[in-house]
Amino acid sequence: MPQSPQLLRRLLRAKDRMDGAAHEDWPIHRLAQVSAVSEAHFAREFKKAFGLPPHRYLLTRRIERAKTLLRDTDMPVTDIALQTGWTSLGTFGRIFRDITGESPGELRTSERSHPHAGVHIPECVLRGVERPNLNTAVLEKRRMEAAGKLEPQSNEEDI
Amino acid sequence: MTQGVNVAGLYVHDQDEALAFYVGKLGFIVHTDVRNGSYRWLTVQHPDQPSFQLGLFVPGPPLHDAATAQTLHEMVAKGAMPANVLLVNDCRAAYERLSKCGVEFTQEPVDRYGTVDAGFRDPSGNGWKMIEAATKPQPGKSS
Repeated sequence: MPQSPQLLRRLLRAKDRMDGAAHEDWPIHRLAQVSAVSEAHFAREFKKAFGLPPHRYLLTRRIERAKTLLRDTDMPVTDIALQTGWTSLGTFGRIFRDITGESPGELRTSERSHPHAGVHIPECVLRGVERPNLNTAVLEKRRMEAAGKLEPQSNEEDI
Repeated sequence: MTQGVNVAGLYVHDQDEALAFYVGKLGFIVHTDVRNGSYRWLTVQHPDQPSFQLGLFVPGPPLHDAATAQTLHEMVAKGAMPANVLLVNDCRAAYERLSKCGVEFTQEPVDRYGTVDAGFRDPSGNGWKMIEAATKPQPGKSS
């Protein structure tokens, strides 16, 4: 069943709002309200339109923001965690490592060891490009890693 | 200038709606608006840029079959088309003016790399970055 362009346009509005304020809380009812659809409808249609569930999309934006701040500023990791929408430093550190493979501190060191070409790419494009490719759920990734089964950057549809 | 890009186009959901947006809100002017049967060739122009026309095209017959047209409409509506850049002299002033007109901004003006930029979408879903023309040359740029 194809999605109507009118619905997609409204779903895009919710995605744009997350992009513009990824540090804010985006519970489904708030997103559904932006898109003017029911909550159940929103979650299902968002994933169908953009390929991943809304909460995971938000996660990719937060991690991208955190990576940029780690690289481009001297802000303490705690401040970066708070500024990118996390309430617990422990959760931030754990999820960050799950997704990027490095702790925030390690990533800061490694990112700064080579020059960044980003200044020549428009910021909005760069932000999209630097989002982690979360094609599996973070917890699923952790479980597979523990079992030694994780294949790097698989493009398979998540379960 | 006699050589260069003359027309580049966007797919839009509805040409009347697009015309109201690009002309009525952004301040473009109509360059060509002609019909051939059901087909409508519509291009607009930035008033400061007479050598370039922005086409506002609707996917559909006779150029596209129904399934292709549906796909193109979907791609535009979900924001999958490449973003465009509009250069302005004063990003914050333009933001104030366009916001009042009801332009849907996705990003408020932000100072970045020595200039100011903001983001908006047209009614169809095409993304625009509105960037203030830099007053000093940027590194790595030849112009």
